[in-house]
Amino acid sequence: MVVGERGGRAEGAVVVGRARRARRGAVTVSGREARAGWLFLLPWVIGFVAFTAGPMLFSLWLSLTHYDMLKPPTFVGLDNYREALVDERVGTALWNTVFFTVLHVPAQIVLALGLASLLRRAGRGSGFFRTVLYLPVMTPPVALAAMFLLLLNGQHGAVNGFLGWFGFQGPNWTTDPVWIKPGLVVMSLWTVGSTAVLYLAALTRVPVERYEAARLDGASPWRQFWHVTLPGISGTVYFTAVVNTIASLQVFTEAYAMFFGARAKQSAEGDAALFYVIHLFQEAFGSLRMGYASALAWGLFVVIAVITAVQVRLSRRYVHYEGERS
Amino acid sequence: MRGLLVTSVLVTTALVVSGCGGLGSDDSGALVTMGFGLPDEHATARVAVFRAANPGVDLRISEGAFDEQQFLSAVAAGDPPDLVYAERRKLGGYAARGAVQSLDACVREHGVDLGRFREAALRQVTYEGRVYGLPEFSSVRLMIVNNPVVRAAGLDPAALSTSDWAGMGALADRLKKVDDGRVERIGFDPKVPEFLPLWAKANGAELIGPDARLDDPRVVEAVRHTTDLVARQGGWASFKASRDTFDQFGANNQYVTGQLAAMPMDSWYINTLATNSPDADVTIMPFTDREGRVLTESGGQAWAIPKGARHPDLACRFLVTMTDTQTWVTAATARRDALTKAGRPYGGTFTADRVADERIFREVFDPKGNPILERGVPVVLSLQDEAFALPPSPAASELVRAWEGAVNRVLVGQQSPREAMAQAQREAERALKRVSGR
Repeated sequence: MVVGERGGRAEGAVVVGRARRARRGAVTVSGREARAGWLFLLPWVIGFVAFTAGPMLFSLWLSLTHYDMLKPPTFVGLDNYREALVDERVGTALWNTVFFTVLHVPAQIVLALGLASLLRRAGRGSGFFRTVLYLPVMTPPVALAAMFLLLLNGQHGAVNGFLGWFGFQGPNWTTDPVWIKPGLVVMSLWTVGSTAVLYLAALTRVPVERYEAARLDGASPWRQFWHVTLPGISGTVYFTAVVNTIASLQVFTEAYAMFFGARAKQSAEGDAALFYVIHLFQEAFGSLRMGYASALAWGLFVVIAVITAVQVRLSRRYVHYEGERS
Repeated sequence: MRGLLVTSVLVTTALVVSGCGGLGSDDSGALVTMGFGLPDEHATARVAVFRAANPGVDLRISEGAFDEQQFLSAVAAGDPPDLVYAERRKLGGYAARGAVQSLDACVREHGVDLGRFREAALRQVTYEGRVYGLPEFSSVRLMIVNNPVVRAAGLDPAALSTSDWAGMGALADRLKKVDDGRVERIGFDPKVPEFLPLWAKANGAELIGPDARLDDPRVVEAVRHTTDLVARQGGWASFKASRDTFDQFGANNQYVTGQLAAMPMDSWYINTLATNSPDADVTIMPFTDREGRVLTESGGQAWAIPKGARHPDLACRFLVTMTDTQTWVTAATARRDALTKAGRPYGGTFTADRVADERIFREVFDPKGNPILERGVPVVLSLQDEAFALPPSPAASELVRAWEGAVNRVLVGQQSPREAMAQAQREAERALKRVSGR
């Protein structure tokens, strides 16, 4: 018994020692893994600090200065932000940008969803149609702008030619200030394929049983779409709404290539295509006002953050994620 | 585990090193240019002259259009090119900001005779009495009239005039063809906002200068006159949409298709027309002011040496060579020979060097009977020394933006000419205050 006790103690001591070593070993392994993980992350971290966080902080500092790239920056406090608040062109640019976003985002979502629904029914040809739908996304933005300048020309463009077949006289999409933003929205739908492909993937993940159950309950195709499809893909719709909104608020390349060219001067169509980032770019690289342009950039950052926060808040009510308790 | 660590360290190092590849300044001693390309013999032959005279120099032509942002960033970063090739009107602003060096010493050392440069071109590269660039090409603005269209309207192309502003509206009405909102033909294109300096000058007003004001009543009148011309020819939206369909650089250009009756234009377009549509029947004549006097505006590029250039002496030698009279004649000859080989006429080379032009048009010019060149080139030559140029300004880019924006607002109906130019004047004052003070 004594021996046994001793032996039991000894065995216990061995077990405890093994457990401690195992724990130490586990700690050591997880620590090494963490270190390795951080080392693998290091290129991204260096890149983020050097090329994103660093420039952002520098631009925050610049926004409090006057800086023309050639003379050192001089501190002016909040002057640039005050000027932005009374700058007429900021108001115009913001209005143009929000107007474009309000038209572009819903149009993109509705069309993409429609195309994805059609693609889902395409059967064996879906791979081909998916490719065809996505191909326009590969078009370089400047080439796209040049092409649509011709297509949307009010006098001899193909779009108005098409409308003419149905007896409509199309507007001057590229030269009439009233129609420039709708024209840009039409052009932006050229790249609807990227959103449609996401919706197609989401649609295929909606369980078939739900449709069967809905049909058994006598639900019409529209009610199936409203009560089964839409909740089933609401996470993807939400994601694309947020991403497209952010992209729309930063619209630049196509509008700049179409209406401003490389001269960084005035558009020949007045201020109708003056989007926020174009105004920012003109101030920075046309007038060399890096401080003011930095203040404008931070202004846009705040606007995007506020709009995204509103979208996040709305998503709690309208977005359904699979596996979450409702 | 050790293998994992070693791998991660190696991968990280490789990525960081590869990411940094290509950074760092060029310490090789090469002479680097910015904004200059080698599209034809005018460029290649002159560069060849420099290379032949300086075989030991590693000349690197960074081809591509001049990019203001790229240039100023490079100067600000202390890593500028040795030479920059840019529009002359921009140099004043760069000189005022200290982005380019004075060439006074360079000009003295190489004995460059500044008197051979055309006055307007030299004025554009001179800021506060010092020369900051050596001028290159020189273009002027003149009228190009579509003879068949004008004759069909019962008018004499040679009698068309830009002096009678009151009568120009009726003239445009007679020449235009607008059908149910579609502009089939523009009767007279005033080319605004780009040509506003010319129209303002025609009315006796300057847009840049110590006493110049953008809200000067004469400028406002010029804006009203030109924008009214557009308004009565279908309105800006249709007018511009029609203009956008011009195949300007093709065989079916607006003169061939009859989409345009007349417009003022830069002189380089004569060569384009002669090459692409040699049979186009056009009259080329001077633009005139309201008193009927010949009036034209000069433009072109210049070479300059940025602040902080590593090889200013070599750069000086390069720009002196590139703008030398004999170099121009060599380049013109090479260009003519190349065109002759292709069976095409040579319409001459218009430079800011008066002496070079005299030699080129006496010794090298070969229009091969092309009527556009035979009739147009003498007009261009006669205008070169009559030209005015916008003087250098430290806020040149901002001023151009202000008045072009104003004219555009009038064209699209957002503002009246008076309101628009008043706003432009306020913007110009703010810009001048910014660049000169704060």
